Amino acid sequence: MAITALSARGLRKSYGALEVVSGVDLAVAPGECFGLLGPNGAGKTTTLKLCLGLIEPDGGEIELLDEPVPRRAREARARVGVVPQFDNLDPDFTVEENLVVYGRYFRIPENRIKERIPGLLEFAGLAGRGDSKLTTLSGGMKRRLTLARALVNDPQLVFMDEPTTGLDPQARHLIWERLRRLTQEGKTLVLTTHFMEEAERLCHRLAIMDRGRIIAEGSPRALIAEHIEPQVVEVHGQGHEEWMQRGKALAPRVERVGDTVYCYGENIEPLVKSLSAFPDLSYLHRRASLEDVFLKLTGRDLRD
Amino acid sequence: MRWVSVWRRNMLVWRKLFVAAVLSNLADPLIMLFGLGYGLGALLPSVEGMSYIAFFAAGQLCTATMFTASFESMFSGFSRMHGQKTWDAILYAPLTIDDIVAGEIVWAASKAWLTGSTIVGVTVVFGLASSPLVLLALPAAFLVGLAFSAVGLIMCVLARGWDFFSYYMTLVMTPMMMISGVFFPAEQLPAPLLAVAKALPLYHGVQIVRPLVAGGPPPELWLHAAVLLAYAAAGYALAIHFARRRFSS
Repeated sequence: MAITALSARGLRKSYGALEVVSGVDLAVAPGECFGLLGPNGAGKTTTLKLCLGLIEPDGGEIELLDEPVPRRAREARARVGVVPQFDNLDPDFTVEENLVVYGRYFRIPENRIKERIPGLLEFAGLAGRGDSKLTTLSGGMKRRLTLARALVNDPQLVFMDEPTTGLDPQARHLIWERLRRLTQEGKTLVLTTHFMEEAERLCHRLAIMDRGRIIAEGSPRALIAEHIEPQVVEVHGQGHEEWMQRGKALAPRVERVGDTVYCYGENIEPLVKSLSAFPDLSYLHRRASLEDVFLKLTGRDLRD
Repeated sequence: MRWVSVWRRNMLVWRKLFVAAVLSNLADPLIMLFGLGYGLGALLPSVEGMSYIAFFAAGQLCTATMFTASFESMFSGFSRMHGQKTWDAILYAPLTIDDIVAGEIVWAASKAWLTGSTIVGVTVVFGLASSPLVLLALPAAFLVGLAFSAVGLIMCVLARGWDFFSYYMTLVMTPMMMISGVFFPAEQLPAPLLAVAKALPLYHGVQIVRPLVAGGPPPELWLHAAVLLAYAAAGYALAIHFARRRFSS
């Protein structure tokens, strides 16, 4: 087996004068769940499309499952599954027809597809719903069907572009559980997300992307340890300015956003104690998370 | 032959929406044929040695085929490509834009062929055609379908919205229908208009089909077939070119 399931070196892509991907290097090991994080417009989706050979890079090299992309992208895609950001199931078909028709694109013999369908439906939590019309499915069910469709060719690697965006917590947790199952089966997963919780739970390794570049890479824990203080206290409410006079000195790093103050530090107990003199202030004392790393590295400005 | 799976996908949708599809693609042109054919036919003496309804049937066969092919590749194609993002889903599989374009064109031509062959059937059943030669209008209808599907698909992959198709329909298809010898012999047109008609595909379809309905071999058959094939081939190549451009951004 190859050392990498997916590798990209010096990837570049511009649209007009705008460079969307500016020198991205990636290496995903077989069996790994790899997360690509970034704010909107960071270049995540473009990077995925480049890796699939759907668009031509302006520079760089890509190898997907030992096939050079885009030159042999077709051969690579035969062993890859894709869950796109927006569902594009066939609205005129039933659940089962969606899978059968999709299997044909891979030239899988009809009887082999039919054999696989009960297993795929079970995996998607859609057992017994094979004959259901697509219009009768909830958003979560459609998402799971899209996941099942991506598995119709029993892929070695699955790309997922924001797999749980727009889902309720129940649906999201079910998807997470299924994705863990896929990694246990030895499949390689490459997902983009801007849910830090999702990335923290699922991904063995992450890359944070911003403005077309990868700005940090590592396991979720390593990223937190490397880039941020372990404790956080969020303070907000009337009189926080007054408290700040005193509190500032007690935290190594302080950030103010609107009327909320974020204090980061290693030993932050004295700061928490100082808050007891200000009963009007509400505060939250917690451990630093990936989201703190993300916001520190990519900033708090909106990216619409 | 990877495009066959795209063709089969569209075929499955068609089978599921059979009644509506048959009504618009088959019943519509027949109502037009009998309405105009018998209505106008009662007022007109024979045209080019044929009854008016037989004369018009040949034109209507090509026109209806043109409309079915164009509507399928433009409106339905755009719905699949733009609205439902079906093409995106297909591109994740080991298919390319070239496969999709080929599948869409052959599919729209197949659907158009069904419209054309229904009218062939009507000419036989109602005794409008006088010899079995009319059966050669079946492959001719497919060729007409291919030419218009390919051109329609160019419009599809160039379109930014649904309005775009009105330009092609109003500025190209409708005038083409008027000057291509569908309702009256094109030869009675002023020379410049006739020259325009000869540069467009519909005229050549009519020039193949009408003699077949009348019961004789079409003069200059290969020239007419070559023009239709050229439109199909050029349309295919251009549709691929513009579709690649569209999907690479």
